[in-house]
Amino acid sequence: MLRPRIIPCLLVSRGGLVKTMRFDAPTYVGDPINAVKIFNEKETDELVVLDIDATANRAEPDLRMITNLAAECRMPLCYGGGITRAHQAKRIINLGVEKVALSSAAIADPNLISRTAEEIGAQSVVVVLDVRQGPRGYEVWTHNGRVATGRSPLDLAQEAEARGAGEIVVNTIDRDGCGVGYDLDLAKAIRQAVALPMTMLGGAGSLEHLGRLFQACGVVGASAGSLFVFKGPRRAVLISYPDQGTKDALLQASLAPASPWP
Amino acid sequence: MITLVDYGLGNILAFANLYKRLNIEVSVAKRAADLASATRIILPGVGAFDHAMTQLEQTGMRPALDELVLDRGVPVLGICVGMQMLARSSEEGVLPGLGWIPGRVKAFRGVLGRRVALPHMGWNEVSPRAGAELFRGLEAECRFYFLHSFYMACEQEADVAATCDYGLPFHAAVAHRNIHGVQFHPEKSHRFGIQLLKSFAEIQHA
Repeated sequence: MLRPRIIPCLLVSRGGLVKTMRFDAPTYVGDPINAVKIFNEKETDELVVLDIDATANRAEPDLRMITNLAAECRMPLCYGGGITRAHQAKRIINLGVEKVALSSAAIADPNLISRTAEEIGAQSVVVVLDVRQGPRGYEVWTHNGRVATGRSPLDLAQEAEARGAGEIVVNTIDRDGCGVGYDLDLAKAIRQAVALPMTMLGGAGSLEHLGRLFQACGVVGASAGSLFVFKGPRRAVLISYPDQGTKDALLQASLAPASPWP
Repeated sequence: MITLVDYGLGNILAFANLYKRLNIEVSVAKRAADLASATRIILPGVGAFDHAMTQLEQTGMRPALDELVLDRGVPVLGICVGMQMLARSSEEGVLPGLGWIPGRVKAFRGVLGRRVALPHMGWNEVSPRAGAELFRGLEAECRFYFLHSFYMACEQEADVAATCDYGLPFHAAVAHRNIHGVQFHPEKSHRFGIQLLKSFAEIQHA
């Protein structure tokens, strides 16, 4: 059986790893390569690395950093940040990255999704939607949550699927770093709207939150930042990841007909 | 010596790093002359089938590969699209494959419609056939990372080395004499993948 994926999401800023809260207040949490080494040892399902400076600064993806990450990474790696053209995506894939994440540029010009899928194959094209809930419902934002698009995440997810994306990552801005659990209503709505693999990001504060997502949506990706880089209420930096036994128990509990979480 | 076929597609670095950690020598072949000393060949691949076939043909390595694999029995391992290329044809494209193993590549979507999310992405259980060489030591627990929307269907049951299930049972690994292929990514599958790539390095010549 295909297993739900549990995916640490690492944010890179000025060469270091940071963790944000509601897309703001980045805290330095360490060195990216060191983190990759630890996640290798923990046999992590997948890893997402997002460069949060690149798009905001209109910078190119940092190919040297990506080369180093890919060489060290023994699990599937998804890189995002600053990709605006299909050939950049192709170069990144050739460095040994499995998937590239598109966001701002793909939302501004959805043709970028199809052009990139033609270059590297649909299976490697991830579209990230940063979502904020407002008085008129859910809305997708870009540029680290600073630019509103006026588009609903369901519309954009379906458009991304039609253009040939291979995965949708939905990141809920208001839950980022807050540990309050995933937005399960949004997750279920996206799950029903597209027949693509999807991953939720934003809000996971405990393994139980991951379990609740799998219970609600079945085989999807559960991604998290704080959960895997902080420990305890004082948010001390400590990289962690559930071991195989813990994962097995979590998956069994959440996918069983009678769930432990009401 | 493991020779990695570099035709511009696939994760050459990941294989090179992994074998270096295992203290197994690797070389990278970009043209036919680089294949001269190959005793084991890895054919990686990502992206679209026709694109992969075209890129491989453009390197000029095809005749040398045919000779090494078909005439001299050098063990070869196709990975992901590299496995699909072993087949005769693919529903994803119009170009013929290498045709080294009788079979064709099919689309999950064509069979399953929208009943499952595609691509098939993530960790799935693989069931090796009894005695499958590449899966030695993986009989008890065998889990690999998949990322694909197409799968190879062998014509001959005897060529199936392992199966997997995603909405339907499909051939996750093939083996026909010295020719091997895996649909999943051993280079990204932690200890399971390391074990499999180590087994490939130790496989005996036909």
